[in-house]
Amino acid sequence: MPRLVLKHTLTARWLHWVNFPVLAVMVGSGLLIYWANDVYRVGIGGVTLVQFFPAWFYEAFGIAFSLAQGMAWHFAFAWLLVLNGGAFAIWLWASGEWREFLPRPGHLREAWQVVLHDLGIRKAPLPPAKRNAAQRVTYSVVLVMGALSTLTGFAIYKPVQLAWLARACGGYEAARLEHFWLMLGFCAFFVLHVVQVVRAGWNNFRSMVIGVERVEDAPRPAGAGEQPVVRP
Amino acid sequence: MSDEKRSPTPVEVSSAETSEAQVDARLQRLSRRGFAIAGLTAVGAILGGRWLQKTAAPDSGVAWPLRRALEANEAISRKTFSQAALSPTFPRGAVAALRVNGTRGLDEEEFEPEEWRLALEGSAEGPVSLELSALQSLPRTEQITEFKCIEGWSTVAQWAGVRLSDLLRAHPPVTRSGRPFDPARPDDVPSYLSLATPDGEYYVGLDAAAALHPQTLLAWEHNGAPLTLEHGAPLRLVIPVKYGVKNIKRVGVIKWQSERPADYWAERGYDWYAGL
Repeated sequence: MPRLVLKHTLTARWLHWVNFPVLAVMVGSGLLIYWANDVYRVGIGGVTLVQFFPAWFYEAFGIAFSLAQGMAWHFAFAWLLVLNGGAFAIWLWASGEWREFLPRPGHLREAWQVVLHDLGIRKAPLPPAKRNAAQRVTYSVVLVMGALSTLTGFAIYKPVQLAWLARACGGYEAARLEHFWLMLGFCAFFVLHVVQVVRAGWNNFRSMVIGVERVEDAPRPAGAGEQPVVRP
Repeated sequence: MSDEKRSPTPVEVSSAETSEAQVDARLQRLSRRGFAIAGLTAVGAILGGRWLQKTAAPDSGVAWPLRRALEANEAISRKTFSQAALSPTFPRGAVAALRVNGTRGLDEEEFEPEEWRLALEGSAEGPVSLELSALQSLPRTEQITEFKCIEGWSTVAQWAGVRLSDLLRAHPPVTRSGRPFDPARPDDVPSYLSLATPDGEYYVGLDAAAALHPQTLLAWEHNGAPLTLEHGAPLRLVIPVKYGVKNIKRVGVIKWQSERPADYWAERGYDWYAGL
């Protein structure tokens, strides 16, 4: 018989979902700020491979002439992101959830096996766990990226009063570039995350909204009948 | 092993149900409730965001809650501001050409640099009018700092001139305590300085602590040459603790005031404080 188990507590769900609108505002307002001096590119020598950003990108998203707006939104919502990130770290530690969240020795190699499995290259089933090794590694990296975004953000925001922090980032201009690449990292994570959530299915997604997941019991040996089972 | 045991185990929420149908009925109830709450929260967030976008007055630029947030940030910045924190300085080899990025206040066709005077208002001795040579007889300060535009670009530039605090030492304001003027005590002078171009077309406001910072200069020399008109000759403000917008060119009037001065870009949606 199936059971219902609480997979994500109410606290965990709020801490998770608050990131979505707040990060969206941070990325959007950050692009309004970047637009005013859009000099970054990826290239070799004089050859530009990727330009951040081509004209069609600005037109498609309506990003132009809103530097003041961008700064106002960015420096208001940044506090929400910092508060939520801090609350998440405290919750992770206090609830003991970190044991199911942080990677352990051997998880890096195991994460690679998960990648091969998800790409259909490796057929062996994955060991059952709340979060597999690839999830632990990815989510932990995102948490670190959040901390780095906060640090580089403060270095850009107060490069004189926090000159030591800007120096630790390699200078004001380096801090800006790092902050930008961290943003691209968040966007890449978002795409990967959504793809994996879709692949994981409805039961998994629903548990992040309502908390509970429907779990099928492991098949019992024949003849066990419909006896009530003592569950851990 | 003990680590595993202390792991947060999923909490069972269905134990009373005795059939699969009952479990699924319970799941359906929980889903309806959970998704209703999630949906309402999402709608609330979207409406809140829309409202924040719409309340932006066209002339002040940003919605009042965001303006309040900027002001709260300013309060924190001013509380924690240290005059001892310096903008990093660079060797002469790092100096680069500075972009000309603003001409507001420089359009006066009949402007004669030779007839220019700096008007200083609010000094204890009364209104002061100074020629450039009078300023140049004060202690000269030279520095190479990174000029940071609010648009996001930055350039290392060399400046020479007189510290604003040295000018104010020569012509001190009335202090609140009645003691002699001390730039290290910005609480003892009027709260703000207002600076404007001679035609009044461009104007900035500064808090006293930033104005009296040791790297705040009135400069007449830039990158080893006399300041050009497009960079603000005869005299411009160089204030590395603020974004470029506060580094007003062609300063005509400097005025102490106790109320917050008008600021050209703050009136167009930018943060009034603009501190770095």
